[in-house]
Amino acid sequence: MHMFGYYLELAMRSLKRSPGLTTLMVLAIGFGVAASMTTYSVFRAVSGDPIPWKSSKLFVPQIDMWGPGQHGGDREPPDALDYADAMALMRDHRATRQSAIYLISPSVIPAGAGRSPVQANGYGVYGEFFPMLDVPFQYGSGWSADDDAHQSAVAVISDKLNQQVFGGGNNVGRTIDIEGKDYRVAGVLADWNPQPIFYDVMDTGGYSSDGPDVFLPFQRAIAVNMTNSGVNECRDSPAEPGFVGLQHSNCVWIAFMAELDGAGALQRYRQYLDDYARDQQAAGRFTWSPNNRLRDLPAYLDHMHVVPGDTKVSLLVALGLLIVCLVNTVGLLLAKFLRRSGEIGVRRALGASRSAIYAQFLTEAGVIGVGGGVLGLLLTGVGVLGVDLVLPIRLAGLARIDPALLLLTVLIAVVATLLAGIYPTFRASRVQPAWQLKSN
Amino acid sequence: MTVHPILAALRRHKAGVSLIVLQIALTLAIVCNAVFIIGQRIERLNRPTGIDESNLIKISQAWVGAPSGDDAASIEKLDALQRTDLDTLRSLPDVKEVAASESLPLSGIIWSSDISLSPEDKGLTAQSAYYYGDEHLRSTLGLHLIAGRDFNAGDILHHTIRSTDVSPVIIVAKPVADKLFPQGDALGKTVYLDGKKPSTIVGIVEQLQTPTTASWGNPFAYNSVLLPVRLDGTSASYAIRTRPGREQAVMHEARKALLAVNPMRIMPDAWGIQSFSDIRAKAYRADRGMAILMGTVCLILLGVTAAGIVGLTSFWVGQRHRQIGVRRALGARRIDILHYFQIENLMIAGIGVVLGVLLAVGLNLWLMAHYEMARIPLFYMTAAVLAMLALGQAAVFVPARRASNVPPVVATRAA
Repeated sequence: MHMFGYYLELAMRSLKRSPGLTTLMVLAIGFGVAASMTTYSVFRAVSGDPIPWKSSKLFVPQIDMWGPGQHGGDREPPDALDYADAMALMRDHRATRQSAIYLISPSVIPAGAGRSPVQANGYGVYGEFFPMLDVPFQYGSGWSADDDAHQSAVAVISDKLNQQVFGGGNNVGRTIDIEGKDYRVAGVLADWNPQPIFYDVMDTGGYSSDGPDVFLPFQRAIAVNMTNSGVNECRDSPAEPGFVGLQHSNCVWIAFMAELDGAGALQRYRQYLDDYARDQQAAGRFTWSPNNRLRDLPAYLDHMHVVPGDTKVSLLVALGLLIVCLVNTVGLLLAKFLRRSGEIGVRRALGASRSAIYAQFLTEAGVIGVGGGVLGLLLTGVGVLGVDLVLPIRLAGLARIDPALLLLTVLIAVVATLLAGIYPTFRASRVQPAWQLKSN
Repeated sequence: MTVHPILAALRRHKAGVSLIVLQIALTLAIVCNAVFIIGQRIERLNRPTGIDESNLIKISQAWVGAPSGDDAASIEKLDALQRTDLDTLRSLPDVKEVAASESLPLSGIIWSSDISLSPEDKGLTAQSAYYYGDEHLRSTLGLHLIAGRDFNAGDILHHTIRSTDVSPVIIVAKPVADKLFPQGDALGKTVYLDGKKPSTIVGIVEQLQTPTTASWGNPFAYNSVLLPVRLDGTSASYAIRTRPGREQAVMHEARKALLAVNPMRIMPDAWGIQSFSDIRAKAYRADRGMAILMGTVCLILLGVTAAGIVGLTSFWVGQRHRQIGVRRALGARRIDILHYFQIENLMIAGIGVVLGVLLAVGLNLWLMAHYEMARIPLFYMTAAVLAMLALGQAAVFVPARRASNVPPVVATRAA
């Protein structure tokens, strides 16, 4: 161990002797690592599993109600459900928990006179939505299946809307004016805005810095004619006008999520979807054989390409930069080490073993790595703050600095530099002592 | 000068030479692709919308407690609300023109469908974006009418977005006309929106980008159709053309005036009232960001590679100090020494760029297979190759000049 101190001292002395070269190597490692970690911080933020403890149990059913070649030319069924199929799936209720989901944007009037109305974005969902997705509540809870069946005027609101309307506090049981009608507050959410927004990828594209503000019972929202404010895709335009026309059409606009426990349940649900499609075929609604999908959440997010291509390309390019920086470091270390062939010759002649030379020069490489890592930390900090200014608005604020990222930065800098130091060190250790002593 | 001694010297520094070659090759491959990405993004940013973008404002707002628009009476009520707003905005000072206008280019809100020549939606179709608006729409947006006529007040219908009514007259953008009527005789012809009832093309505008910049919209990026419909709904949007330089003032006044007419409306700062330049900035923020990011990476890459060349060449100069002295003593001029290192670098960089071009093409093909990327044009490749060679020469100049300054007397001294 005392030799390590000695090598450290030798390394510092050597690095001080050629400050230009040392600075160059530290800068290269620092910039290379920082660029990689900055782009990685964005990639990490958008490619994360929004509900890791449960995502393998959550499934998104897709049913082909349009027929072959009608959805973008491939054999994939549409990305969402139409009203008829979503309601059939809800009625049959073959999953442990399930919910149809649609985007609404009702106006909400805050309590107290003279306050301006606010537009709240939210969803029409079924009561099982909340326990299925482990949605955290600050006060109260979701609503019951009974409330769903009776189209009860109940609402779950976000903490933000709770602040805007009531000024905060436990307002469970109080009345809130949504789109001109009174609703009883059943629950107030704790801070909840998982990214990607896995329960509604079609409307949000996966990301939004604003979380949902209000949830109403699906059938209640339909009954009061609260139109969907999200995407609707149609094969044929609806035959009837209005929101009712949309419900009677085969336009897709409803997201759906089902919780299935175990392979048996999954198998049975697949079978159920196929049977359902076959029934539709028998009834003459579908003129093609069943073409369903039942992807688990990670597979569905992948299918919907929630990680932007730009994010992946940026990460790739930054990794390329890191590799160039490392190649650069290999070259400079090689030059630096071989310039000291005389010194190595003397040390070898005086009895230093090859492994001692290895230890000495790898220590030197490690010192450069630590230097690059520290610089990389600073630059990564600047990078993560700066990248927010150039990201699409929906991704802004997602890239974050945390201890894991910082640790990884230093670790990558040191490990990469040590790897870069292996070949130059190998060359240094092959220096022939006799030849060096003679020529000097 | 012959290259033989250079080759001989390089053979003695195989590792160092290989590393520089590799570094130049990788740098070229990455920079070439990154600069191409930047070029593509800039091209996207500079696409024209077809509208006159200066002094243009979009207002989007929703009435609170407005009727839902599911029956004729409530549709009339909604339309009255909208007409009141339009009149209010028209009466403001500094406002030149106001139109009911559901969407604008780059705004992202798009209604699109196939337009066909036959009612059955078979045969020739053109996927097109719909711009709903009143008789002021074309002139407010500053669209250039190249054939036919504008909408007049009598053409204007009003209904909700989910109506099944079809407008009997439409104005199309030239790409739609050209697609459906390659003979160039689109004016006055009948087409079918959503494959149902007929509509007559009464006018053709030169250019109008669709509202979306998303990649799925690329195949029909300029297929736009103007529909003479004031869309009724609980929300409504307006386009305002202001007098030059009065955008900010009108934005301020419009908010005040609309709230004075009816305070029960939602018109948030984020998207309620926006100038078109704001809309443009938001729409292309991601592209600009990607260009900046790629640019930053390129600068770092080029800097690191240049510094690497300086570093390694300096090392070689130091190593060959005595040989340089000997050459000078034997009659080589300073310029010969300078040229020696410059040619040496040109040879190394030459191998590097050949390898780099192969890598760049490979990377390009890979990106094309996995992401939305086009083939890199030859121009970019050539430019990147020349840039790398120039970078090498620039980087080698300082150490090479130092080498040329080695005095011949060095040869006589002991090493």
